[in-house]
Amino acid sequence: MPKITYIEHSGAEHVIDVKSGLSVMEGAVKNNIPGIDADCGGACACATCHVYVDAAWAGKLGEKSAMEESMLDFAENVQENSRLSCQIKVTDALDGLTVRMPESQH
Amino acid sequence: MSVSDSGVVIIGAGHAGGTAAALLRQFGFERPITLIGEEPIAPYQRPPLSKAWLKGEADAEALMLKPESFYGESNIRLILGARIDALSCDDKIVVLVDGRTVPYDSLIIATGARARALPIPGADLGGILSLRSAADAENLKSRLGPGRRLAVIGGGYIGLEAAASARALGAEAIVLEREPRLLARVASAAMSAFFTDYHRGRGVTIELDARIEGFEGKAGSVSGVALADGRVIPCDVALVGVGALPNDDLARAAGLRCENGVVVDDHARSSDPAVYAIGDVTQRPMARYDRMFRLESVANALEQARQAASALTGRPVPAPEVTWNWSDQYDVKYQLAGMPFDVDDHIVRGDPAAAKFAVFHLNGDVIQAVEAVNAPAEFMAGRQLIGQRRPISRSRLADTAISMKEVAA
Repeated sequence: MPKITYIEHSGAEHVIDVKSGLSVMEGAVKNNIPGIDADCGGACACATCHVYVDAAWAGKLGEKSAMEESMLDFAENVQENSRLSCQIKVTDALDGLTVRMPESQH
Repeated sequence: MSVSDSGVVIIGAGHAGGTAAALLRQFGFERPITLIGEEPIAPYQRPPLSKAWLKGEADAEALMLKPESFYGESNIRLILGARIDALSCDDKIVVLVDGRTVPYDSLIIATGARARALPIPGADLGGILSLRSAADAENLKSRLGPGRRLAVIGGGYIGLEAAASARALGAEAIVLEREPRLLARVASAAMSAFFTDYHRGRGVTIELDARIEGFEGKAGSVSGVALADGRVIPCDVALVGVGALPNDDLARAAGLRCENGVVVDDHARSSDPAVYAIGDVTQRPMARYDRMFRLESVANALEQARQAASALTGRPVPAPEVTWNWSDQYDVKYQLAGMPFDVDDHIVRGDPAAAKFAVFHLNGDVIQAVEAVNAPAEFMAGRQLIGQRRPISRSRLADTAISMKEVAA
């Protein structure tokens, strides 16, 4: 199973095996990792699963949809490498992916 | 921790209760947590039941809030399939119908809401369903498919989502709404008109001002809906979606202050300081609108779960959120932020005919609520502006040549 590293804003690190096919958000929520709230459960409706993706991975995650782009435009503390983790599907190619969390999702 | 530590007991293992349990552990709460639910399964997400799940686009595992193993690993005691008989705030115990008593130090009431029943002739026939639980959704799905006819009583979000999902499954669907427009309680007239056209364009029959007299049946199962004008609408299954009532009976019987829901403060605390209440069952303060209200939404359930878990772990009360909700119908993403209270005007931004627009509800130049159809920027910017109570320029808001970033700047 692909290993995904989730790093909380505080620096606390969680390395999790996430089944291919789940989203990066689901990998966090199912394992009760703090810092990814995902209030809408993955419907791209709330922008509370915001993460920063390490630069090396940016090109491997697929393009952002117009919906995701617009939601991120108005999220807090957005950076160049911001993504909504509900929109990133885990595949074997993402083994080793690291995502970092913003200070707050609300 | 002493052996007699009863910790936190949560009654109601839905989205609110399950989230509160998980958050308590995230927030470092180390004392016992007991989660008691009436349904036989661990907490799951309800919104997909009328959306992705009903259309067959999400499986049961995807619905679960946490995997089965989570509760054991997190030392959360799950008592499922258990009905509660009584609550005693004086003795700090919950009494189950099977006679067991569960003591608590702190209690979280997360008993949710139940579907309002239609007290009309034939309402007890088979095939007349409501949609609150996974079991309801299984039942509905098993009766939908090519050639089947669904009659939806009530043109609210659940009914409209079910009609859209029924169409995706190849079934016929008719929506019978008592009011002169769909979504009359919750949406603006422009939004009602949009959804009426959108559903009709996808083969759903919409009957407005429909007066329902009763249900007709064959061999114990519903076969039609009888209207006051004499017509009978034939159907194989009927879904009643005419609102929900708070499950606050236990709380009221226990002497907690209830007014259409358990009355709570902005820490989700009830009139008894050891008892919290969260989710659909609460009558809660909405500081942004200077009033109390009972909300039925996941966003509300999660906000109050955060409030209760914060209070129980000595964290500061989270900043109030602008409430929001969403609906998926066909390829339409509908997002609502705020509540349309004290509204004196509306501004439509964008083009309803292109299925990409938003309706802003205004009080003077301040946005009170926004409804957005395939318009995430309007939703997100609107949500911020609602929270800030910042006046905006109406002409700029109506002009799609000016981006929402500029409008909000």
